[in-house]
Amino acid sequence: MWHKLAPALIVTRREVRDQFRDWRILLPILVLTLFFPALMNFTAREAVSFVAEFGAAVIGDRLIPFLLMVVGFFPISVSLVIALESFVGEKERRSIEPLLSSPLTDLQLYLGKLIAVMLPPLLASYLGIGVYLYGVYRQVGWTPEPVLLIQIVALTTVQSLLMVSGAVVISSQATSTRAANLLASFIIVPMAMLLVGESMIMFWARYHVLWWAIFGQILISGLLVRTGIAHFNREELLGRELDSLNFKWSWQVFWGAIVGDAQSVSTWLHREFSHTLKRIWLPLILIVISFAGGAWVGVQQAQIFRLPPDLLDISNIQEGFVQEIDGFETLRFFSVESIPLVWMHNLRTIALATFFGIFSFGVMGIIVLMLPFIIIGYFTFTAAQAGISPILFLTAFVLPHGILEIPAIALAGAAILRLGATLSAPAENRTIGEALLHSLADWVKVMIILVVPLLLGAAILEVFVTPSVALRMFGN
Amino acid sequence: MIVTKGLTKKFEDFLAVDGVDLSVGAGEVLALLGPNGAGKTTTVRMLTSILRPTSGTAQVAGFDVAKDAQKVRASVGVLTENHGLYARMPAFEYLDFYGQLYAMEVDQRKQRVTELLEQFGLAEDQHRRIGEYSKGMRQKLALARALLHNPLVLLLDEPTSAMDPESARLVRDSIKELRSAERTIIICTHNLAEAEELADQIAIIRRGKIIAKGSPLALKQTLLGAGEFEIQLASTLNGSPTSLPPGVTVSAQGNKWIRFRTSSPEEDNPNMLRAMLEQGYPVISLQEVPRSLEQVYLEAVNAPDGEEVLDVA
Repeated sequence: MWHKLAPALIVTRREVRDQFRDWRILLPILVLTLFFPALMNFTAREAVSFVAEFGAAVIGDRLIPFLLMVVGFFPISVSLVIALESFVGEKERRSIEPLLSSPLTDLQLYLGKLIAVMLPPLLASYLGIGVYLYGVYRQVGWTPEPVLLIQIVALTTVQSLLMVSGAVVISSQATSTRAANLLASFIIVPMAMLLVGESMIMFWARYHVLWWAIFGQILISGLLVRTGIAHFNREELLGRELDSLNFKWSWQVFWGAIVGDAQSVSTWLHREFSHTLKRIWLPLILIVISFAGGAWVGVQQAQIFRLPPDLLDISNIQEGFVQEIDGFETLRFFSVESIPLVWMHNLRTIALATFFGIFSFGVMGIIVLMLPFIIIGYFTFTAAQAGISPILFLTAFVLPHGILEIPAIALAGAAILRLGATLSAPAENRTIGEALLHSLADWVKVMIILVVPLLLGAAILEVFVTPSVALRMFGN
Repeated sequence: MIVTKGLTKKFEDFLAVDGVDLSVGAGEVLALLGPNGAGKTTTVRMLTSILRPTSGTAQVAGFDVAKDAQKVRASVGVLTENHGLYARMPAFEYLDFYGQLYAMEVDQRKQRVTELLEQFGLAEDQHRRIGEYSKGMRQKLALARALLHNPLVLLLDEPTSAMDPESARLVRDSIKELRSAERTIIICTHNLAEAEELADQIAIIRRGKIIAKGSPLALKQTLLGAGEFEIQLASTLNGSPTSLPPGVTVSAQGNKWIRFRTSSPEEDNPNMLRAMLEQGYPVISLQEVPRSLEQVYLEAVNAPDGEEVLDVA
């Protein structure tokens, strides 16, 4: 391990030394490390004495830990600028090529730079926290709970990693610092929202929730680091000289991935499409597990948020019962007109999941598709609490159309997961663009051949068969 | 030391390098010539294992560029088109940094860095920031970086660009020394005189394809036709000389000189001398009329598309 990391640290040492030679980086770090914590000390002292005059001491109590978080965050905000400079700046100045000609692996170069970019701002951040804590202790005698201090340090560290790993992904897509700075808003805006959320937690003083924030950011950082490693390679860095889209080539690659080598529809189905199914096999297993997890979450929630028993009185349902529910006026069971409504609704959901999935490595797409299973879990448990057999409940309300709909959603989810995950782990010997186009082609094939027809069948069953079964089993 | 077979690189739908076959042995210099955007840099990047070939193979210092990328990079010294120096670093520290990347021992590294800085006349400025260096000094430093780890193979892109004549001579002499030390060298250059002086082999690349390849002399003979020779006479010519050997064609003549073409000079030149003497013209000298590589280059790059590759290696 050390043997592999040692060359990376050569790059780290050089970059850190270079940063300390640049006053444009050094000055903000010094100000944010020394001056800013002193300012926060002053703010804390004044605020505490001010709110105490009005009997609102609790605000002061909450403000001091909140400012601790802010003091920790400010110096690491510089790491975003350093990251863009280190990755895309070096590419723009062409000093990256001699570095890429060296025997270091892509991973070693990536890690060397990643550590170099994070290290000075993080050390400055820890120092700033120290300065602030010392000042606040001297002024109002406040010391943090050890757990809170660990949380703030962990939060600061993981936020830095999150920003830097995001900046690397952005840098790999840009060939100039100007373009990278514009793209950096994709990091700044979510980080600002994250900080607002964390601020609310700090004022709410439910500090245990911070662990979830830390855990979530570790997960996202992990995905971004994985993506960064995939994108930071010699081929991507020097293979593209301009930020341009080649639509003609994109279409050729995409169409080539759709058609493959097949000469007829039957060979296409046997060879190309079966290969596509093989490729989504692993994502499919993950999706099935996540759906089961969703149902479990639903069951858990049903135990916490219980429905009043009279709301789930299905012992006397009658034909057309859903028409009575607000918002479902247009959905009429046993009516052909409702089939496109149900079908389109499901297709819209798939489209939404795909959209979210592309921008979140597939994660948000899975969450969208998990929601119905959370609801199923919730109502199945609630029905069981009301004395209705879960098996009967599922057989009546889910199974008749679910027999087609659940496989369709699972297949769609697998294709979405593969599409989203391609960004973090493109296939070997393919550029990211090629890998993405191939995954998109797989998504299209799965949709056209399986998902869309299955969902149509499910819509027919949902409109005609499910209500019929439900009426037979639970109707009077 | 460098052997490529059908080396090809495609960027999306753009064919940058198209089936390049090269063979450069130890102690040989190959000059890769071609217009801007012809594929020289992409070829060099593939030979450095920075870019993966789309198809074809390349062996550099005995290693496959696709399978043994790290070993290839460790065996190759590269002078890139852009120097890619760190402006805020002093020269000594810069070379020392690269020495560490090439896993050189501390003592060996320091010694080699000092040696190279002295060789290229940068010793006095070794503690100045590179940003303060002139263009020529930067070029020399970049070249020192390429030579730092004593690589078996050198890939040099425009090695003397931006250098004053004295520095350029220094670099050319260094390249000759390296050739004598059995290094395999590829230089990409637009300086054709330099290519002619240094190269054992010339390869001309156009739109990704090698269109002509061979020694400078062989390329001249093949592309520019039969060699032209000039005889300087001690007395004035009295009309056109007669009784010339078969295969010799007079191309021009003046009062006291005559130029002729022949495809077999080893046979015809002694006969020509004899003929002139027999006709009573005392000869002062006989020499080949110099033909520049530039003529060869222009002839090759302006040839119509689709012509056969001229391989006179």
